[in-house]
Amino acid sequence: MSEITQEQVTHLASLARIALTPEEIVSLTSELGSIMDHVATVTEVATPDVPATSHPIPLQNVFRDDVVGQTLTAEEALAGAPDHDGSRFRVTAILGEEQ
Amino acid sequence: MTTDLTRLTADALATKLSTGEVSSVEATQAHLDRIAAVDGSVHAFLHVASDSALAEAADIDRRRAAGEELHPLAGVPIAIKDVIVTKGMPTTSGSKILEGWVPPYDATVMTKLRAAGLVSIGKTNMDEFAMGSSTEHSAYGPTHNPWDLERIPGGSGGGSAAAVAAFEAPFALGSDTGGSIRQPAHVTGTVGLKPTYGGVSRYGAIALASSLDQIGPVSRTVLDSALLHDVIGGHDPRDSTSLTDAWPSFAEAVRNADVAGLRIGVITELQGDGFQPGVMERFREALALLEGAGAIITEVGLPSVEHAIAAYYLIMPAEASSNLAKFDSVRFGLRVNPKGGGTVEDVMSATREQGFGAEAKRRIILGTYALSAGYYDAYYGSAQKVRTLVQRDFAAAFANADVLVSPTAPTTAFKLGEKTGDPLSMYLNDIATIPANLAGIPGISVPVGLAAEDGLPVGIQFLAPAREDARLYGVAAALEALLEQKWGHTLLSQAPDLSPSEMNATDEGAV
Amino acid sequence: MAKLMDYDRALELFEPVLGFEVHIELSTKTKMFSDAPNYFGGEPNTNITPVDLGLPGSLPVVNGQAVRYAISLGLALGCSIAPTSRFARKNYFYPDLAKNYQISQSDEPIAFAGSVEVELPNGRLFTVPIERAHMEEDAGKLTHVGGATGRIQGAEYSLVDYNRAGVPLVEIVTDIIYGAEADAPELAKAYVSTIRDIVVGLGISEARMERGNLRCDANISLRRRTPEGEPPAPLGTRTETKNVNSLRSVERAIRYEIQRQAAILDDGGTITQETRHWHEDTGQTSAGRPKSDADDYRYFPEPDLLPVVPSPELIEELRAALPEAPAIRRRRLKAEWNFTDLEFQDLTNSGLVNEVVETVAAGAAPAAARKWWTGEIARTANAQGVDATTLVTPLQVAQLVALVDAGTLTDRLARQVLEGVIAGEGTPQQVVDARGLAVVSDDGALIAAIDEALQSQPDVLAKIRDGKVQAAGAVIGAVMKAMKGQADAARVRELVLERATALPE
Repeated sequence: MSEITQEQVTHLASLARIALTPEEIVSLTSELGSIMDHVATVTEVATPDVPATSHPIPLQNVFRDDVVGQTLTAEEALAGAPDHDGSRFRVTAILGEEQ
Repeated sequence: MTTDLTRLTADALATKLSTGEVSSVEATQAHLDRIAAVDGSVHAFLHVASDSALAEAADIDRRRAAGEELHPLAGVPIAIKDVIVTKGMPTTSGSKILEGWVPPYDATVMTKLRAAGLVSIGKTNMDEFAMGSSTEHSAYGPTHNPWDLERIPGGSGGGSAAAVAAFEAPFALGSDTGGSIRQPAHVTGTVGLKPTYGGVSRYGAIALASSLDQIGPVSRTVLDSALLHDVIGGHDPRDSTSLTDAWPSFAEAVRNADVAGLRIGVITELQGDGFQPGVMERFREALALLEGAGAIITEVGLPSVEHAIAAYYLIMPAEASSNLAKFDSVRFGLRVNPKGGGTVEDVMSATREQGFGAEAKRRIILGTYALSAGYYDAYYGSAQKVRTLVQRDFAAAFANADVLVSPTAPTTAFKLGEKTGDPLSMYLNDIATIPANLAGIPGISVPVGLAAEDGLPVGIQFLAPAREDARLYGVAAALEALLEQKWGHTLLSQAPDLSPSEMNATDEGAV
Repeated sequence: MAKLMDYDRALELFEPVLGFEVHIELSTKTKMFSDAPNYFGGEPNTNITPVDLGLPGSLPVVNGQAVRYAISLGLALGCSIAPTSRFARKNYFYPDLAKNYQISQSDEPIAFAGSVEVELPNGRLFTVPIERAHMEEDAGKLTHVGGATGRIQGAEYSLVDYNRAGVPLVEIVTDIIYGAEADAPELAKAYVSTIRDIVVGLGISEARMERGNLRCDANISLRRRTPEGEPPAPLGTRTETKNVNSLRSVERAIRYEIQRQAAILDDGGTITQETRHWHEDTGQTSAGRPKSDADDYRYFPEPDLLPVVPSPELIEELRAALPEAPAIRRRRLKAEWNFTDLEFQDLTNSGLVNEVVETVAAGAAPAAARKWWTGEIARTANAQGVDATTLVTPLQVAQLVALVDAGTLTDRLARQVLEGVIAGEGTPQQVVDARGLAVVSDDGALIAAIDEALQSQPDVLAKIRDGKVQAAGAVIGAVMKAMKGQADAARVRELVLERATALPE
């Protein structure tokens, strides 16, 4: 069995900003354990001499010209927002600080 | 009259439209009627855009009457997987967290469809954020397989495949991250193609895993997929990963289909153990037909395929965990205020807890783990190396074969609920389709008949080197013709006639 | 208020160790990854596209001009340009971050391993080592509402404007800087000032600190000194001071942190690794967010973007177009203008070197250009609380100097003309014409005024005739008064002596 603990899952949930219930933490801990047991096999073949592939088709230097295009109106931008003041998005008080 | 129209292929319907024999409003209404009749039991659609579809159809009819030169497919109805962002139509990606969101912009594929005059009749059901192989992870309830309503239609694009199989639309758009176009095609007796990565713009496709996702066509015939691919393909400056290649006409590739001398490599690792006998039987028959038509059947090995699922289930959740971070209750979608209020952090956490389904949360946590400090190299880093190995395997295999072939999935459609309690077994079902996404190469699934033991559809998957999508259309069209010649009918003509008696019409906007 | 140790005492006990992260907003026309205008004033949430708002389905595309600017900056910082660099996602949740990840560069920055030569006010030259410069995107802007302070603490809710989201940034990160010693605060200021000169010289940023175009985070730690012969003490725990919005604040904040940390350490306390916020009004820093293990940004290569692989030709093209490095340029100008160390330092500290260069280019003598800019113009700017460059143009100053050189204006008149130019009355010549300020060079008018003054003061006239030339002063004063100052005093003196003998007895 993999070494994943409930504490780890709790920490991952906080990194991922999901308020998991205690029951979910229990079940996810066990599910992740069995999934990781399977997927951890990648480490067996990923030897140092093998380069990593991040993009399936290798491309490079894909750039855009510095030319202004069409923008959204504030109305369009705010249309889907849960809360706004007519021009800006509104959120409840922030606990932490900017990073 | 109207019933007949829904039985037509997109190509045949387009011909009737262009000759004026049928109007787009008639064709669109016929499909809307069919949806009203059968979608209560199939549940392929999350949103039926009756009013806008009829308005678009009327506009096409007016333009045609005015003598305007129109795209050959103008006026043909199409269904859109709900992963694709559509101006004016709600877009949820199958998730509660986006319920009711109407995007202020169109995906590039939508812009292209609109420019060609195709009529969008609605948004199709899918596993939440395209995470699944059965549509059972849709927040709005599963789609049912038209061949057997107790069974899954595949996933994540079960809605698009079922809509096409149930004659609710002649063709549809799907998206394929690990098989979400091909596996639903396999279990519903339809055709689906995942293009070369970068062949179709991803701009406006709600990302699951950016380096794996690709939009593609879903249809009842190979030609219809090719026609649709010709509309949606091509370079898009809004997608950095979009290829600048000039693509050949895929419809032309279908019309020139010929397998004489084509080297078809059977993938050793994707047969035998774990593959249902009925699936293997149809698979071998298909190969024999192709051989009879002049194809050269060889066997090729892809040794790294063994690790493909493992690599996939690290890369996909890792990218997904980041892609899904934007669903935070600030700019769009759901907001859940925890009891007694709370900080914005609490609101985000409560929203994501309630807005995401179990599978989404499972993959986000898994992906967060794979990227987290101390584990990145072992998991995400190693998975990217396996990706290199899979690519090398394909390169070696394609040195000896023009296309590769395997069953699209190990089994026919399983029963709804059968695997929901066992995520890992659900994941292992993607064994045959995942390697193409890791390598970025194109893949197509075409129906090859029904499995003897359960009478359910079976598909065959062809794979080609990157940029050789046309090759897939050629071999798939040739096989389709050989099979239909042998059967004397299409496979889907054998699908159950869905009885309208048990149906409840899906209203506009209802889910 | 935190306990502070006397600065000199702190330096006796500890060695300050520094590090800077400077963010430069690039002045491209569009944003880093979208074609929205790179302009964040105006109505909130209007300069945005689906990309800047992080809407589902939207995708970033790299602004090629921003890449060129970043390469130019890297070269100007003496960096190597990476043959291949990549974008990566830095994952963290914050309401001003539309996607909840920032597209940045992690272990493969576009430029690395450079250095910048900095000249301190005392003339000391210091080489600041540059670790890297990388490209990234800015976040949106939060406004905290409710509560007394307008700050994040105690606010009832916050409002988000994403106009600034996606503005292109280059972050310049120094290596650890040792050896600044007592000059640490001045070094900090000189470093940021030099970076500002470099980016302004490159024309890639407005670089206005007060507008946030250039932002500096200062890392400071103290290392206890050990007696000679003993191994050096380990590095101390560092703090990162943010919100430093002017050159003066950079200097003050470093000095403050040195004194604060020294007091804590000397009392046997420990420094908390944290961000600290600089408060311009009180001249203090306050504790911010502690750094912790929870800062797991889960960097991974941005799958939506491709590697940046600049061709050697492009790099050489940009290298060839680089302006002179500020330190070299300063040395050259000082020699060309024949300024003393003090004169040049004075000019450098005023931040008006470029204005003098342009004024000289417009035809003025260097000494005169310097005198006007660092003198009358700087004083007026200071009094009005504005930037000297906003008052007059180098061309106007050159025109003013030319009028003085031609004898059309005296210094005193020229000051009045300058006042008119600043008031928006037109070019120096237009002000001269409109206000009638030119020196009276018509000898006829002067002679009439002199004759009148001499005749009304016969005793003075007699003294002059007796050879008591210094008595002429009274007459000169009267004439200058009669001419309302618009006469050249030297010429008046000449004429007074001439007329004293010429006038009939």
